[in-house]
Amino acid sequence: MSAATQETAIRTGRIARTFIYVVLLVFALFYLLPFFVMLVNSVKPLSEITEGNMMALPKELTFAPWASAWSTAQIGVEPTGLRPYFLNSLFMVVPAVLICTALGALNGYVLTKWRFRGDTLLFGLMLFSCFIPFQIVLIPMARMLGIMGLAGSTAGLVLVHVVYGIGFSTLYFRNYYSAFPTELVRAAMIDGAGFFQIFWRIMVPVSGPITVVCVIWLFTNIWNDFLFGASFASGSKAPMTVALNNLVQSSTGVKEYNVHFAGAILAALPTLLVYIVAGRYFVRGLMAGSVKG
Amino acid sequence: MGFLDISNVTKSYGNTEVLHHVDISVEEGEFLVLVGPSGCGKSTLLNMIAGLESITSGDVSIKGRVVNGVHPSKRNIAMVFQSYALYPNMTVGQNMTFGLEMHGVPKPERDKALADVAALLQITPLLDRKPGQLSGGQRQRVAMGRALVRNPDVFLFDEPLSNLDAKLRVDMRTEIKKLHEKLKTTIVYVTHDQIEAMTLSTRIAVMYNGYVQQLGTPKEIYDTPTNLFVAGFMGSPSMNLLPVEVAMIDGAPHAVTTDADGAPLHLRLHQQNLSEWAGRKIILGIRPEAITDPEGADRASSCIIPMTNRVSVTEPAGSDTFATMTLAGQDSIARMRADASVGPGEMFEFAINMEKAVAFDPETERRIVP
Repeated sequence: MSAATQETAIRTGRIARTFIYVVLLVFALFYLLPFFVMLVNSVKPLSEITEGNMMALPKELTFAPWASAWSTAQIGVEPTGLRPYFLNSLFMVVPAVLICTALGALNGYVLTKWRFRGDTLLFGLMLFSCFIPFQIVLIPMARMLGIMGLAGSTAGLVLVHVVYGIGFSTLYFRNYYSAFPTELVRAAMIDGAGFFQIFWRIMVPVSGPITVVCVIWLFTNIWNDFLFGASFASGSKAPMTVALNNLVQSSTGVKEYNVHFAGAILAALPTLLVYIVAGRYFVRGLMAGSVKG
Repeated sequence: MGFLDISNVTKSYGNTEVLHHVDISVEEGEFLVLVGPSGCGKSTLLNMIAGLESITSGDVSIKGRVVNGVHPSKRNIAMVFQSYALYPNMTVGQNMTFGLEMHGVPKPERDKALADVAALLQITPLLDRKPGQLSGGQRQRVAMGRALVRNPDVFLFDEPLSNLDAKLRVDMRTEIKKLHEKLKTTIVYVTHDQIEAMTLSTRIAVMYNGYVQQLGTPKEIYDTPTNLFVAGFMGSPSMNLLPVEVAMIDGAPHAVTTDADGAPLHLRLHQQNLSEWAGRKIILGIRPEAITDPEGADRASSCIIPMTNRVSVTEPAGSDTFATMTLAGQDSIARMRADASVGPGEMFEFAINMEKAVAFDPETERRIVP
């Protein structure tokens, strides 16, 4: 290899690459700016914020706003902080995600490996549910929850989110399983495995990537949902998002911006955590099946 | 009553019948190969034996028991798939014993069966690996091992070698044959490769368009193909099928045709009953190896006739040399000894073994039985 060609190749590459990285860095910083503002102002005393410089670093570091947001801030009429509502959200999101993912996997398995007459139509109808705007179902759903005696409860919210999420989870798993070789299912049938044994022993062990995708998607959507939470579970059963709104919207007293910022970060933490822990599977899962091998 | 009986079996999807009245009886220990081009219904038939496809009408019975509607796992069969279908999340050992586990066989027995089969197939060192860590040939062995562990009545193979490279395919072919000779198992084997069919089978069913065209031993299929399809499909290079006219010369039937230069050519026909066809057209089938250089001609044959013709192309294949010439207006291939001295454009004296020639009725496309 001649030194001359190597030199030019690297040099031109280096200039272009530096340019690209600088641009990317600027974009990344710009994108992080809101989060920076939230973080910085959540650890300032309120007086520093009202002075007017939102971008400045805190002169005096304090975690009191965080403690307040978590356990003592006024939410509506109760000075409980966000803690009970955080738990409400957790009790809603965990069962909803688990049930929804399990049902989606089962649906995907049936729709690809146990084909029946009209299965494509059924799948199309399930997909349709992904495109129905939330607002349309509010009143019928409220009526249904009332009839079932689940109105205003966490169980009711879980049901709503399962019903809404099942279209997406079915879509994910169906597409993932349709790339799964049917010969394996046939081999398992000849080996004597039954419907659930094939599902549990053959399909589920290879469903890791798509499960992660499905869980991230559902977790984010359900955790961040405001409309269903506000409509079906107000008061002490309200989820985190509704409580955060109540915290920020309180009409009495001074607006404690630092507490609001801390509360907003607290509300965003679980989804952030899910992304950081499972995010690398997300991209991998979305790509899975697109290229064989 | 055979070991595996397929009697009057048909398969329809809606109104289209894809398999028509198939009758095959397989004896215990037999190696039956279903061969045919894509879409001939051979895999459908295999899946019907396995129970993976329903039977529209007719019966499949194994060991005298009709198994129509019986679940695949209760037919006591094992199947080797084209893609091997190994469970990717299980080790080789787990893959092989999964069927036994599902059938409730206790672990000590499973382990013993696994050890025996692994030793037989020489895959003992691989038992703890995942299928993803194996080469194509190793996966093929594991897939066969999974079938063997079950000790089934009938083995079903669905194009098991078609995913392997050429050399490995030949090796595995020999291996399957050895295994069959050692274990004397009953095998139904689907392939589109007529060489696999010829080398492995004790009997072949040639299928086309949903019909079994001919069922017989490899020699019967090769030497006396029942119709033009079987004649053309089996054998490589394929049989030369020449449209000729029958004429009586000196009281014996002759095929009248033309050579490469358009000059008339008379080939003495071996089958006496072809005199009934005098003045009519037939299709004369001659295998490439029946047209050779005189030194390479079969000395046991009673009917070797000489023929001088111009060679257009020669293809030295190492073990043989193939010469292409024009006969009856179409390209025909002769198979010569490797060192036969023949070059393109030259006139050459061939020897044709007319004993091996077969005649077909051009209308019905069926063989004219001597």
